[in-house]
Amino acid sequence: MKLLTHNMLTSHVKGVTKGFPLLIKATEVKVNEVEFNSQFVSRMIPKLEWGALVQAAEEVNLPGELVPNYETNEDFLKKVHRVLLEVEVVEGCLQCPESGREFPISRGIPNMLLNEDEV
Amino acid sequence: MMAASSSRSCLQYVFHLAQDNLDFRLPEILALLALREKPFHPDGKFKEKSPYWCLNGLSEVDVRAIMARSVCAKSAFELWGHGHTQSELRTSLLNYPLENMAPFMHKDSKYKINVYTFNKTLLFADRIKRIDALDYLPFEGTVSLKNPQHIFCMLEDYGSDPNNIPEHPNYIYFGRWIADGQRELIRSHSVKNRHFIGNTSMDAGLSFIMANHAKVKENDLVYDPFVGTGSLLVACSHFGAYVCGTDIDYNTIHGKGRSSRINQKWRGPDENIRANLRQYGIEKMYLDVMVSDASKSVWREAALFDAIITDPPYGIRESTRRTGSHKEITKPADGIYAESHVPVTQAYHLSDIFTDLLNFSAHHLVLGGRLVYWLPVYRPEYCEEMVPLNPCLQLISNCEQTLSSHTSRRLITMEKIKEPEDLDSMVHLADPRFSPYQGHNAFREKYFSGLNKRRGKEDNKSDFNGV
Repeated sequence: MKLLTHNMLTSHVKGVTKGFPLLIKATEVKVNEVEFNSQFVSRMIPKLEWGALVQAAEEVNLPGELVPNYETNEDFLKKVHRVLLEVEVVEGCLQCPESGREFPISRGIPNMLLNEDEV
Repeated sequence: MMAASSSRSCLQYVFHLAQDNLDFRLPEILALLALREKPFHPDGKFKEKSPYWCLNGLSEVDVRAIMARSVCAKSAFELWGHGHTQSELRTSLLNYPLENMAPFMHKDSKYKINVYTFNKTLLFADRIKRIDALDYLPFEGTVSLKNPQHIFCMLEDYGSDPNNIPEHPNYIYFGRWIADGQRELIRSHSVKNRHFIGNTSMDAGLSFIMANHAKVKENDLVYDPFVGTGSLLVACSHFGAYVCGTDIDYNTIHGKGRSSRINQKWRGPDENIRANLRQYGIEKMYLDVMVSDASKSVWREAALFDAIITDPPYGIRESTRRTGSHKEITKPADGIYAESHVPVTQAYHLSDIFTDLLNFSAHHLVLGGRLVYWLPVYRPEYCEEMVPLNPCLQLISNCEQTLSSHTSRRLITMEKIKEPEDLDSMVHLADPRFSPYQGHNAFREKYFSGLNKRRGKEDNKSDFNGV
């Protein structure tokens, strides 16, 4: 699971009102190189929840504040690119911030299915 | 010079379209024109089912861009002349401004002329005759069949009835070849040679057509909520979109379980969607796939996707399921499910699938973003009013692909025209037009009953009403 995906996910457990962001509890993380594409990163930035991304990426040295004129700031975009597309959680789980429900991640793929009593 | 540039700016182009998937061609070309913000200006003789369309108001750059995407078009030509007969063609060609022809006919150039006939095969000698008859055109270059710089083409249309082929063509076009469409993708991306496939993998040609109907473009974010083996993601990422998908089937998403190939029992270790993109050299466009139930959205409330493109299960070869149970739930004593726990699923009614899909799209598409999906229909009962509506989505096109004498699926394209308001989710309660697909809940039953028991029409009808 890439951190871009994580930034778009929310808990959907019945009754939960604040399910975003999901806590990442990773036991295995890897960094896969992905070709940098400044246009795509620029297009994604307005769609992101920046605070959640910073929180998710604490260990990869992302600036705490969104910089102005980011479209032309390649250094900054490359950092965002790394966080969004190159860091992948391979094993671990996502935890609902409100209910504590955990969604397992195995072989890089989150399993977001709820049980019959949770829907 | 002024005259040359002004006459070049109002050139006409003739598109040669493939004669399959007829219904899908116009929406594809319209979508590709819309991607370039160009209008559709056919000439007065335009017939949708014809293999040749003459279009106005385009530049050569537009035409090349459309051919770089179109799966329905075979080739495009700059139209130099046309007519019902060879003599009309001659008059038309001699009226074509010389300054438009000259750059492609000078004495240092190499060229060739092709003759293409629709609904008739010409003998080689007759083709040569056609080419020789063009001696009134001022070609000064040398003919080169192997390395031509310029290719010209005579297109002869002998109508569409193979049992009644006229001696002379109904219409003739002559023009300069500009570019070929992307028919080659149908072969290069055939599911036969794809690493990871399933029982219902979408055929390559239709996948690319869907991506075109969806106006998928470079740097888009595209989502498939019933992703299966990811055929649609392959097509979208080929056109430069970043892709993600979800499916309720754990084994499909993880590429486990039985193989869909006839000579292979189990799926191999690296049969998954990511490996499919890798096969075509576009793994960089892969975001993620997840195991998730489309009826329980896991995406936060925001306009995240530029396009949503999907082939929902109809319950014929893949079952329609969602999590949940009708029965009273018996929780395990300690309240904790084992990791291997498989949630109980219940039937997911087709009409609910589509209501949910439209509602999800209204919330998660960007403004102007498109939803493209297949709607299965029982043909004897189909009417246009059955196509589900949503106040935030405008119907763009609705094309039929026949599956059998009594069933078909329709490719529906919708565009988001406004952000949803609180009242919009209630609209289906007040207005029956927003929940008309109810009768199709029984599509599966109708499909099988029609298939297995061929009875009188009346008989069928009373039976279906009882379902």
